[in-house]
Amino acid sequence: MTPETTLTAAPKTAAPATEGDPLVRVRNLKMYFPIYRGVLRRQVGEVKAVDDLSFDIFRGETLGLVGESGCGKSSAGRAILRLYDVTDGQILLDGTDIAPLSGRELRRLRPEMQMIFQDPQASLNPRMTVASIIAEPLDEHRRLDRRARMERVFELMDAVGLDRDFANRFPHEFSGGQRQRIGIARALALNPKFIVCDEPIAALDVSIQAQVVNLLEDLQERMGLTYLFISHDLSMVRHLATRVAVMYLGRIMEIGSRDQLYDDPRHPYTQALLSAVPEPDPAAESDRHRIILEGDVPSPANPPEGCNFCTRCPQVKDICKRETPAFRQMSDGRFIACHLV
Amino acid sequence: MLNFTIRRLLFTIPTLLFISFVIFFILDAAPSDPTGNLPLTIPPDVREKIRESLGLDQPMIIRYLLWCKQFFVNEPLNLLAQWGINIGDPDRLRVISFQTRSPVVDLIAQRMPQTLWVVGMSYVVGVLIALPIGIISAVKQYSWFDQMGTFISMIGFSVPTFFTGVLMIVIFSVWLGWFPSIYDTTLVVDSWRTLGLQIRQMAMPVFVLALFNAAQISRFMRASMLDNLNQDYVRTARAKGLRERTVLLVHVLRNSLIPVITVIALGVPQVFGGAIITEQVFKVNGLGQLLIIAIQGGDIPTVQTLTFIFAVLIVLFNLIADILYGILDPRIRYD
Repeated sequence: MTPETTLTAAPKTAAPATEGDPLVRVRNLKMYFPIYRGVLRRQVGEVKAVDDLSFDIFRGETLGLVGESGCGKSSAGRAILRLYDVTDGQILLDGTDIAPLSGRELRRLRPEMQMIFQDPQASLNPRMTVASIIAEPLDEHRRLDRRARMERVFELMDAVGLDRDFANRFPHEFSGGQRQRIGIARALALNPKFIVCDEPIAALDVSIQAQVVNLLEDLQERMGLTYLFISHDLSMVRHLATRVAVMYLGRIMEIGSRDQLYDDPRHPYTQALLSAVPEPDPAAESDRHRIILEGDVPSPANPPEGCNFCTRCPQVKDICKRETPAFRQMSDGRFIACHLV
Repeated sequence: MLNFTIRRLLFTIPTLLFISFVIFFILDAAPSDPTGNLPLTIPPDVREKIRESLGLDQPMIIRYLLWCKQFFVNEPLNLLAQWGINIGDPDRLRVISFQTRSPVVDLIAQRMPQTLWVVGMSYVVGVLIALPIGIISAVKQYSWFDQMGTFISMIGFSVPTFFTGVLMIVIFSVWLGWFPSIYDTTLVVDSWRTLGLQIRQMAMPVFVLALFNAAQISRFMRASMLDNLNQDYVRTARAKGLRERTVLLVHVLRNSLIPVITVIALGVPQVFGGAIITEQVFKVNGLGQLLIIAIQGGDIPTVQTLTFIFAVLIVLFNLIADILYGILDPRIRYD
């Protein structure tokens, strides 16, 4: 349990040596949103939605990103895909740092990375047909003639299990699950390597969730995709993810393999979070020990001094309120940001 | 869509009949007297004779039904006769103006071109400047341009046209002498020189009205763009790696235009209604001026006919706006 490497110091820090080779490396990623107030709309502060994230995503794996709502997981996902202009840090996609890119250079890399959005209804343009939604990225990035383009659209619709006859329908004519399939087909159109799934099943009916998750797993297997799976559904992440990162108030608290985290959570926040997952077995459920956290999540515009979790941590020590814990690698490979372990 | 249109058109018939009755009732209840503008030396019994000759001694309901017959039967038949289709007796009683003793429909036909040129052009110009201003204001929200746009819109909204009109006359006609202050209806455009004159005399009234129209529409455009800019599908479009231009013009603008086009369509009847005040200020003898003179003279047939035509246009363009909405927004289906 001795700390071996730290990741907080500088962007040059050695990458955590774990299995596989990383497709995405995030180093010291910061995403601050300015707050404007007053008559002249001066900047009076910033919301630290994502504060100093460093982690790797390996080729072909699914990294689950969990945390309660408002902890910055969606912001992190969007920042990694450069849907935002990041405040600071590096995002290496296949060795290219995409954090400082903009305009044309960034657009050229869009085919490599795509996103599946949370709300399948709102994230599809209501005035475009399914075919044109799926074909639009092809028009932008690939030179295909009409027939080849339609062929590709049909191919994608087959891949996600949509009937080809639906090509000329509008998004509002579909059910939630079908709309999410359209969103997935759209994301797959350019053969991306890396897909950020931003709570792709949160807006769906439970019976449909399983279908969509199975589709995502199936596509990963067939196309060798790498996922960053953002979710607050801990059971679903356990089912889907190979590794899991736990976020709290803009920072990663603990990151490790799924089994490490679920079987032996080390960080007090991970322990509290996982204790909230209900047990299917009534006997086990009745003596499940829940850790109830006191108080509310502090505002990301004004995070506490020291460890972000110090205001609610059941095991808080004096040092937690003074010093920000380093993000260290443990002997078992996991990374953790806590003074107590 | 066709069924919807036919159903709606059928519904407009009772609506418009009711409107025509209400207008007639209000005009009858108003204490205006068609003989009020005549010289005071005319003795009361002669005045009574004049009123009788105008048919004003009849009960209100009889006069209303007579107007209905003249307007809904005689005038259309007369119109057909002009095209060479004669049905029935050609000596039909038309809707006659009390003041000029000429058919109201002919008066309207004479006034229409001026109104359409000046007020119609101002609407077109207003829309054409409002849309880009609204779009840029929304895309660059809180920028210098946006603040200027907001400021000018507020001026266009809040300063009445009788003030801006007179101000323009003082500056551009009196001080600078660039434009004539009075609109000359007799000007015949048959050469480049007369076209130049026509444009010069139209410039000020068109600008005054365009400012007013643009103020309203640019605000709508801005609000609608802002609504759509934060939508999830715009983020999807960016994630697809589209150019920012494509994102804004194809995705955001097309969706934002739906409500704006409705507002523009609903504003068209106002063009035909003329701009009473602006037409007065610049002496444009359009429909607005015809209406105000008719009201002053107690000319019930003219006021009734004009107001009713405005009502028809409003009902019609409401229907057109609904149909446009159905065509533009695939989520809306009427049948």
